[in-house]
Amino acid sequence: MTDVVEAGAATATLAEVCAVACARAWRDDGEILASPITVIPSIGARLARATTDPDLLLTDGEAALAAGVWAVDAAPDELEGWLPYRAVFDICWAGRRHVMMGPVQVDRFGNANLSAIGPFDRPTRALLGMRGAPGNTTNHATSYWVRRHSPRVFVERVDVVCGIGHDRAAQAGPTAAEFLDLRRVVSDLAVLDFAGPDGAMRLVSTHPGVGVDEVVAATGFDLALAEDVTTTPLPTAAELALIREVIDPRGLREREVRPR
Amino acid sequence: MVDKLMTEADVVARLRSGMTIGIGGWGSRRKPMSLVRALLRSDVSDLTLVTYGGPDAGLLLAAGKVRHLVYGFVSLDSIPLEPHFRAARERGGVRFTEYDEGMLQWGLRAAANRLPFLPTRAGLASDVRRFNPDLRTVRSPYGDEELLAMPALRLDAALVHMNRADAAGNAQYLGPDPYFDDLFCQAAERAYVSAERVVPTAELMAGGPPQSVLIQRWHTHGVVHAPHGAHFTSCAPDYGRDEAFQKAYADAAGDPAAWAAFVERYLAGDEQRYQRAVGATA
Repeated sequence: MTDVVEAGAATATLAEVCAVACARAWRDDGEILASPITVIPSIGARLARATTDPDLLLTDGEAALAAGVWAVDAAPDELEGWLPYRAVFDICWAGRRHVMMGPVQVDRFGNANLSAIGPFDRPTRALLGMRGAPGNTTNHATSYWVRRHSPRVFVERVDVVCGIGHDRAAQAGPTAAEFLDLRRVVSDLAVLDFAGPDGAMRLVSTHPGVGVDEVVAATGFDLALAEDVTTTPLPTAAELALIREVIDPRGLREREVRPR
Repeated sequence: MVDKLMTEADVVARLRSGMTIGIGGWGSRRKPMSLVRALLRSDVSDLTLVTYGGPDAGLLLAAGKVRHLVYGFVSLDSIPLEPHFRAARERGGVRFTEYDEGMLQWGLRAAANRLPFLPTRAGLASDVRRFNPDLRTVRSPYGDEELLAMPALRLDAALVHMNRADAAGNAQYLGPDPYFDDLFCQAAERAYVSAERVVPTAELMAGGPPQSVLIQRWHTHGVVHAPHGAHFTSCAPDYGRDEAFQKAYADAAGDPAAWAAFVERYLAGDEQRYQRAVGATA
């Protein structure tokens, strides 16, 4: 695909298309904590609050709730509250949160791995650990961001189930599934949801210049397709201005996702 | 009030091989590193370590002190993957119990409250259960929910680092986040608190609002004056993380010869030598 696409009078990069696709994950979430992990989802969450979803809560990445809009590589100008880690667990278990995590593997039913590649006892590649993924997924809305869509990430079966998927939740019983709420997956190629058969991942839209076949080939399981796979909406001129001038003026986004 | 002042060596002399030890802080933030360094110099080993892990876990794993690591994650924050943890995971030979972060808190809470377990949804249906087959679920006596019964994480000892303490063991955090240091102390048979400064109680109370005195003397069995004691992790507002040193640590950890040189330069001597070597004005 090309790195520059037309957006009305303006032009948008792939990173900007992805950030806007992430922003839409939090649409109509109301007064909850948006917890983006890494740069592109962070741009998305701040963009969502600055435009369509002003009631969202955001943290400064440490222990404060931040007000206003601020740059991804800067400290916020105004704060509106205190959110130490202990309070993050409270808001998580209360269900008033929507996290966007970056798994190293995610499968057809949304099981997600942040822990290790290979057998757990002696992994070929040890990663972070479970982190909060088991509790996040059993308690509140969860989306995923994948910076490079490939069959190594979109796998038939994840090596370690950290965030739970629809199949595992159904097997474990109603309490595990009660608040499971898998929303969307944004990758550098496409936007996907979990409205496929039995809660399977489904291709919703491809980013400008990306073909459906390209996404299917980059996915390591049989990918369900929406009836009408569309093109991921382009940023509006106002969104682009916010991203470029306010939220990410130094262009960190272009380092997190690059055109192929 | 009892004077609980002691040195790092005094704390370590009270620890035994085979103990379960909880370490406060979070990732590479406000870790009781001078106590960890004292542990490295000791012959105490075979430890079960409970931690929101950072370089505390990495260093103790690298030194072969850990038999069993209980954690939700191990990370250096600005460097996502802890190199020694990663190497230990990939090498095998240590038991690893990986919980959801919230489960860890819940297990400490259960221990602090002398409960055998606390129920939670966190962990249900995930591989936390597959890798920890001893975990049980419990059915609500008031409804149909079947919840995970997080067992109490009882600690023989807790090690935490605070900004200020008095000699009786009241201790204060002045940074943005208490982490779970009070919970670690309450879950432990004995809690040892190191602090940047040890001050009279009146000065402690004058130094911040009452709620900043997170740790109360009934939690505490030893107080250590440890200026720059959290180095190289952060100890806001006294100092931030030493990012350059952390990077040197992470770089050295990837190479046996470089790591041996790092150990020789920084960890082979006592705490004073460490602080001189890192150039601190202790």
